[in-house]
Amino acid sequence: MQAFLDSLIRGWGHDPQTWVWTQLIYVAFMGLFSFAVINFAAVTAGIFSWAERRVAGRMQSRVGPNRAGPGGFYQWIADAVKLLTKEDLVPTEADQFLFRIAPYFMMVGFACVFVALPFSHRLVIAEMNVGVFYIIAVTALIVVGIIMSGWSSNSKWSLFGAIRSAAQIISYEIPAGMALMIPVLLSGTLSTQGIIRAQGPWPWEWYIFHDPASFAAFFIYFISALAEGNRTPFDLPEAESELVSGYNTEYSGMRFSYFFLVEWGNMWVMSALATTMFLGGWQVPFLPVTDAADKIAMLSGGWTVLAELASIAIFTFKTLFFVFIVMWLRWTLPRIRVDQMMNMCWKYLVPVSFAAVLFVAGWMLVIHAVPALDWIMRIVLTAGGAITLVMFWLRTLQNIKDTGDKFDFTSNW
Amino acid sequence: MRRVDTPGTGGYFPRPQTARLKANDEGIAMDSYLTPYLPILVLLLLAGVMCVAITFFATVLGPRRITNIKEAAFECGSPTTGDPHARHSVKFFLVALLFIVFDVESVFIYPWGALLRDLNGDGLGWFAYFEMMSFMATLAIGLVYVWRKGALEWT
Amino acid sequence: MEAVLFYIFAIGVVVAGAQVVLRRNPIYGAVSLVACFFFLAGIYVLLSAHLIAILQVMVYAGAVMVLFVFVIMLLNLKEEELGEMHVTTMKGIGLAAVLVLVGFIAWKALTPVQFARDMAVNEQIHGFGGVKAVGNVLYRSSVLPFEVTSLLLLVAVVSAVVIAKGKI
Repeated sequence: MQAFLDSLIRGWGHDPQTWVWTQLIYVAFMGLFSFAVINFAAVTAGIFSWAERRVAGRMQSRVGPNRAGPGGFYQWIADAVKLLTKEDLVPTEADQFLFRIAPYFMMVGFACVFVALPFSHRLVIAEMNVGVFYIIAVTALIVVGIIMSGWSSNSKWSLFGAIRSAAQIISYEIPAGMALMIPVLLSGTLSTQGIIRAQGPWPWEWYIFHDPASFAAFFIYFISALAEGNRTPFDLPEAESELVSGYNTEYSGMRFSYFFLVEWGNMWVMSALATTMFLGGWQVPFLPVTDAADKIAMLSGGWTVLAELASIAIFTFKTLFFVFIVMWLRWTLPRIRVDQMMNMCWKYLVPVSFAAVLFVAGWMLVIHAVPALDWIMRIVLTAGGAITLVMFWLRTLQNIKDTGDKFDFTSNW
Repeated sequence: MRRVDTPGTGGYFPRPQTARLKANDEGIAMDSYLTPYLPILVLLLLAGVMCVAITFFATVLGPRRITNIKEAAFECGSPTTGDPHARHSVKFFLVALLFIVFDVESVFIYPWGALLRDLNGDGLGWFAYFEMMSFMATLAIGLVYVWRKGALEWT
Repeated sequence: MEAVLFYIFAIGVVVAGAQVVLRRNPIYGAVSLVACFFFLAGIYVLLSAHLIAILQVMVYAGAVMVLFVFVIMLLNLKEEELGEMHVTTMKGIGLAAVLVLVGFIAWKALTPVQFARDMAVNEQIHGFGGVKAVGNVLYRSSVLPFEVTSLLLLVAVVSAVVIAKGKI
């Protein structure tokens, strides 16, 4: 897209190599994209807050927000306005400075992830050759924000919540990092776009179905991401029955909403990352993009735009599907205990993820020698996955029929 | 198939393929190796500024009726007892220490993962594999030790 | 551009570093340390040491900072226990030593060397400072140091348990 900006500048009759304002134009466009991305993050988080309440209502046989707008869709806007006009309380006992800046740390750390997170074939703010590494690293800012908010609140509940949360996030960062290692191994690059380019549009070309260990790694990543985002069943830091609300107990108004913006926005981040690393990202069927040949760029005129839109749609669909699963899990699974949480991480996920990395590395070397094995394994795993999905679907249909459950679009909606 | 570290297509600000060293002298054109990192800086600043601006906006919009009760720390309705910054268990400390060790380990594994393809292309595949295997085996001994000592039990 | 960024980051590092030392409250010290690490990461990026920059954020700002904070909370020093700020002879000597050291380094550093441009050339040609460039050195020619590192980490794990658990 620098090429695009360069051509734009050429269109104005200047040579981008020598024109004095080139840099300024670049920075201005970066600012514009960053602004768009921050707003995108905030708006998706808002919409997820509505979606989550609707999903929760559906799963618990109640209604959920349905007053403001069609299906209660404007509820999140109403909430935003309400939070914006709330009183900004800072407890007298709290550490004034840290208490005020802790939510900013959370938001900034969260927004920074979007720099390397792709949206489509060309739509990514920066293609970094350390992309995955960078995403893992900036999560650190969120931990800093959590600890600051918990400590500065000068409240027992906040501090307990913050310490639990920090311990949980750092513990699960190890298996998450190791699981994300596997697509890096297979593709040989750390760039998020490069990893998508190394996969293909069809399921058997995705890394989740590459071999049994990468299949396991996907689930390890997903579980760890749930824990890092403090989502149920790992929402111990904000266990409302014991800790009031965890590290954000003392917050109110806009500062409070930043914490929840981050939590809901994180659902997009973790799902988009899972899609990128394991599920072929934005690859459009029949138009595979690899490092060697870019079929989308080879199209002409309007078709390129159409393919680009298709790649956005595919990426968004995959991501939203996982966002839905995250919500689904929240209203299905009970919260686990602290010792179970720590056991799960250090005794199961950490050893398994390290073993998975070694297995995948060995498997890569084996299929390098015997390429046929690669395809056999991919097809077997894809078939297995497909059969599981079909059986799950049939079972669900059977259940729906047996219980006479139906989704009523007219009365409660 | 060898992959190069520099990206090809895609990205709004991909690293330019052509050298811009000529313009570097005057510091006019963007230094190419900074290109993917400048958006981070821009986004960081913008996100911070937006957060502060919105919070300021909210303070202006919101009411300000401060009472002592409102300003007190939450303690289920009763006055706060004891020290809110109570001492914490040494378990958290242990978790943080373990995390640092395994974090550093993953730091060593990541470049290896990115390189294994290239190393394999140079016929060093199995060498690199056993290199990493022995590295991980040593760490596995550490994990087993921690486990056997009961440091992973959260009681 | 590069020079402007460098001075912003450099001043940030110095100011944040001074905060770490001067703040009485250890939590403020830890937070300043994080800020210091971030500015330092920026400087590493300017030096085209991408991998080191990321590691700086990941290991220091992420892991080490959390450890520090946990230790601070474990000790839980009160304001009154921290004591007053005193000017002692030792602090005077320390300040003088720092000034001498900084002066020496500045004198060495200000000797004109065309570093920046060489770095840029390196980057253009070899992907200098990137993940693969570092990895190539680490896994091809420095195999023994790499393996010894794992022993070092093993020692770290064992000592962590010994310190934290007390009884063996």
